[in-house]
Amino acid sequence: MSQIFHRSANTIARVSIFGAVFFIAGLLVLLAEVNRSPWMTESRVAREQPIQFSHERHVAGNGIDCRYCHTSVEDSSFAGVPPTKTCMNCHSQIFANSPFLEPVRDSFRTGRSIQWTRVHDLPDFVYFNHSIHVNKGVGCTTCHGQVDRMPLMWQESSLQMEWCLDCHRSPERYVRPRGAVFRVDYVEPPDQIELGRRLVAEYQIQRLTSCSTCHR
Amino acid sequence: MKQKTRPVPGPRSPRKPAFWRALEERAGDPAFQEHLYNEFPSEIEAISDPVARRTFLKLMGASLALAGVTGCTRQPAETIVPYVRQPEDLIPGRPLFYATAMSLGGVATGLLVESHEGRPTKIEGNPLHPGSLGATDVFAQAAVLGLYDPDRSQTLLNLGDIRPWSAFLGTISAALTAQRPLEGAGLRILTESVNSPTLAAQIRDLLARFPSAKWHQWDPASREHVRGGAKLAFGEYVDAQYRFGQADVILSLDADVLGCGPGSIRYARDFAARRRPEQADRMNRLYAIESMPTSTGARADHRLPLKPSAIARIAREIASALGEAGKSGSGRSGGSGESGGAGGSGGAGASGATGGAAVVQGFSPAIAKWIDAVAEDLQAHRGSSLVVAGDGQPPAVHALAHGINQALGNVGKTVVYTQSVEAEPTNQLDSLRDLVADMNAGKVDVLVIVGGNPVYTAPADFRFAEALNKALLRVHLSLYDDETSALCHWQIPEAHFLEAWSDARGYDGTVSIVQPLIAPLYGGKSAHELLAAMSDRPERSAHDIVREFWSGSGSSRTLPAPPANEEFDASWRRWLHDGVVPNTAFAPARVQVVPGFSPTVEPTPTTHAADDIEINFRNDPSVLDGRFANNGWLQELPKPITRLTWDNAVLVSPATAAKLRAAGSPAFQGGEHGQIITDLVELRYRARSVRGALFTVVGHPDDCVTVHLGYGRSRGGRVATGAGFNANAIRTSDALSFGAGVEIVRTFEKFSLACTQYHHLMEGRGMVRASTRDAYVRDPKSVHEGDETPPRTITLYPNYPYEGYKWGMAIDVNACIGCNACVVGCQSENNIPVVGKDQVLRGREMHWLRVDTYYRGRADNPETYFQPVPCMQCENAPCEVVCPVGATAHSHEGLNDMVYNRCVGTRYCSDNCPYKVRRFNFLLYQDWNTPSLRLGRNPDVTVRSRGVMEKCTYCVQRINAAKIDSEKESRPVRDGEIKTACQQACPADAIVFGNLNDPASRVAKLQAEERSYALLGELNTRPRTTYLAAVRNVNPALGE
Repeated sequence: MSQIFHRSANTIARVSIFGAVFFIAGLLVLLAEVNRSPWMTESRVAREQPIQFSHERHVAGNGIDCRYCHTSVEDSSFAGVPPTKTCMNCHSQIFANSPFLEPVRDSFRTGRSIQWTRVHDLPDFVYFNHSIHVNKGVGCTTCHGQVDRMPLMWQESSLQMEWCLDCHRSPERYVRPRGAVFRVDYVEPPDQIELGRRLVAEYQIQRLTSCSTCHR
Repeated sequence: MKQKTRPVPGPRSPRKPAFWRALEERAGDPAFQEHLYNEFPSEIEAISDPVARRTFLKLMGASLALAGVTGCTRQPAETIVPYVRQPEDLIPGRPLFYATAMSLGGVATGLLVESHEGRPTKIEGNPLHPGSLGATDVFAQAAVLGLYDPDRSQTLLNLGDIRPWSAFLGTISAALTAQRPLEGAGLRILTESVNSPTLAAQIRDLLARFPSAKWHQWDPASREHVRGGAKLAFGEYVDAQYRFGQADVILSLDADVLGCGPGSIRYARDFAARRRPEQADRMNRLYAIESMPTSTGARADHRLPLKPSAIARIAREIASALGEAGKSGSGRSGGSGESGGAGGSGGAGASGATGGAAVVQGFSPAIAKWIDAVAEDLQAHRGSSLVVAGDGQPPAVHALAHGINQALGNVGKTVVYTQSVEAEPTNQLDSLRDLVADMNAGKVDVLVIVGGNPVYTAPADFRFAEALNKALLRVHLSLYDDETSALCHWQIPEAHFLEAWSDARGYDGTVSIVQPLIAPLYGGKSAHELLAAMSDRPERSAHDIVREFWSGSGSSRTLPAPPANEEFDASWRRWLHDGVVPNTAFAPARVQVVPGFSPTVEPTPTTHAADDIEINFRNDPSVLDGRFANNGWLQELPKPITRLTWDNAVLVSPATAAKLRAAGSPAFQGGEHGQIITDLVELRYRARSVRGALFTVVGHPDDCVTVHLGYGRSRGGRVATGAGFNANAIRTSDALSFGAGVEIVRTFEKFSLACTQYHHLMEGRGMVRASTRDAYVRDPKSVHEGDETPPRTITLYPNYPYEGYKWGMAIDVNACIGCNACVVGCQSENNIPVVGKDQVLRGREMHWLRVDTYYRGRADNPETYFQPVPCMQCENAPCEVVCPVGATAHSHEGLNDMVYNRCVGTRYCSDNCPYKVRRFNFLLYQDWNTPSLRLGRNPDVTVRSRGVMEKCTYCVQRINAAKIDSEKESRPVRDGEIKTACQQACPADAIVFGNLNDPASRVAKLQAEERSYALLGELNTRPRTTYLAAVRNVNPALGE
């Protein structure tokens, strides 16, 4: 009885079985990478806002401290988005008639809030607290990137759990002295790991990776 | 091959346990034993049938695939809405706390309310308020849901049409103008008990302007007989305040003084503080004579179940045994009013026995002995004893209690009398009767009903609804568009107490300013504003009215607001901050029992035969007189003792039920231990009848039924309507709290009751531990008889190091009064959904904390113990090892973290949990759509969705908040800084939470005590929550 399959069928079968493993593995890698990509995380995608507010202008140009607007960053989980009143502190004098600022003046007049699009949007089951991070020497730019170079705000990091855990597992790679937390021009020293270890000990930074640290 | 039932595992042959949760368990009923092991008895066939299994697998596969698809969602874009002008003291993301007060039945409790950016989300007690000391009752805990209730009356209605407030102002001012020449002869105001000095002043102002107008009061939650008793004994209305801290021996005459009523929160704290067996000589002793078993009776060292009418006779008997003023009825001359020292203790005991034989027929020797022992004990503790009469008992019994207290020299020590907290104490039954008579006579032109629901709550023989229709103009201010609103021309939405300015007196007279936490959600008006609308300055705000009253210009109605007085301003701010106005507690009044009161003390009519069935009307422990009937948290709360939810029932003793040949046994149907299928019976009482489900209560006296009011609402919201039956339909003015001659007729229909007593039975294990004082003092280890906790070395798993904090909890079973405040507190703090009766029938209630009720001893009068069971946070947690997705994991501080976003709903953890404390969202229980309900949620806790397991987390949000605060200040968390929601609500201070790594912490010390035990310790789960065994202080003369 002659063979039904040609000899080469053996090779094809071997290759395709072997290939299938790689194909599936590749597919999984692809999925994971898609999941990490800006397409999913929307990182580095500038958002439309009701007012074209430029952090670049206000931070780099005018040298305003983060805390002038984000007042509760040291006290609360929420860093705080400034009330219209804060904008009007200056803009009742500067660019008081600019058409770009009409929504601000309108809000101040009518008492209706400006509705900003949230840029850093954690899922509802994640409880992040700004105040403790700032207190333990995590700089603003460590997570938010060079805000002073963002004309429109975008999300610098992926905000995915592995990104959080990266620092929670080895904080010495990222912490900086408390005095430099709000400096946008802070540059990591070459001996970061050494400095980090010292700060971790000094600030009693814990490596908190229990689920209930963030989820509850 | 069909397997009928799973075999009962192991050597657990039916045996009679010392403690039991159901009579079947006590009897060692094999059916019950089997039921304990079959979680889903109705599913047994399906599980063993191969065809059904195949269908199951198909469905399972499909659901898995579909569940995977639903996981692929992207987050929708969200907006941030900042303030335009941010309030000065508000930090977004950090809650603020404001002091206010909640009034109930004419007495206020001071509260602290948590507010997140202007939304009240959680209510706690005010530690500075003498009536709270930081704790609350269930009603205060549930008030948040009451505020956001979407069924609240939302618009001002005139005959069903929406009208503006100005239209009402026009109508009422026209009506009042017409009344002016008549001096208000046709004007009637009907209020509930008023404990607001400002409101009372406003009403008195109105009455001054209309001298012929009348002010009536009717408040089913307030205490008609208590007032009557005081009037009878002292000739004036005074309030009794009890000092449980000073009392060594307490006798309760049908009084649930720890569980409900004015000051009960404070009393529970004081009482529990004297129950610690570690200080055995300070332990107090409580005797309780009661009809319906209550929290107080459960904590009593000796309890005597009696029909309500018999309690008066016992009270007289004890009075005469003590040689007190109860001379008339007994015919003995025992001594006059001043007879402080009449008879030594032995003599009193002996004469009591003879008196008992002579006066009271039908008391068994056992009861006579009981009376003797109690009398002797009271006599031996002159000046440190206390007799308390219950709200349901007639005025005569209250007067007797006052007399006994005076004769024992307790006045000024364990009981003090003060002027009444109510602004205008009166006989409310007569007050309502007069109003009905006037309406029937056509004398009422304008009737303004300020709060309350008299159409529903008035005694049936008053025919209030018929009379009401004869009033020409009817105005009703209320939270709900209810039965009374339906018959009124104007329905004014009332502002909730969290939305309104007011003031209120606590149980000792302390004034609290009630400040609003939020602007009225639906434009509601407070009673102050309604009364102002009837004055000549109709548009004054409640804030101005209250402030003006306290600023000194006070009651005067015509004076303009006083000039801004800086000193007053400062103290006003202080009052608002503290929640109490200093030095406003009433000073003790010097009152004497009227020497000649006794002749008027009539024993309850004895026209009925001894075996007549008596009916006992009580306010419901959850929904009270029906005012909280639309509150889902309270409806679903298992009531103390009965553990019924969503219904009231005809409560009888098992013997009485047997006599009726009716049953209320569990049907063992449905999942997780099923439901009660019981007989529907008809109660016939004085030519009126109502149908309700029969339910047996152990410890209830025979030939007596108890019915709870507040159910069977026909109008008042979608939660309230349709639950239970309306006991008011057979309640008449001459038998307001109890009466004899009720007839129980079987209807041969069945009814399902959602009772949680049979749920989460822990397979018949996990019993409470209890001992007596003497046994405990002799050998503290005796409470742990039969304990099989293995040594800590026996485990395959490595021990976790707990380097920082090690959280733990100690629950004192000896202090727990089973009031349920912890359960509602937990529900409010942790966004726990309400599931509805149908789901409770399937054993799917979601409470993270349950209060298990255990009994021991005789079936007709058992000892009762409450054991609250939250998640034990085991160190060797059975749940953690079986989760396939790592959704429940051990934290470095020893919590069993529950990660909702990881949970895929396999429910293995729940299956493996021996304590049965995990709760699964079988359906989408949480209301995600109703906007007002979203406002009330705790923003610090995830709102869970369908298909997710959840459980107690030791309030990890509070732990994290405190840890962050302490870290920022570079210090460890202080002991007592973190209070879990259940701990904070507990009136009896039974729950203590803290860091076990700190040997100085309260919880570490409690866990080190001799009577500390771990629930199911034999399983080597090493629970972090442990219990302190109950220790009863029995009288050796009576024995156990």
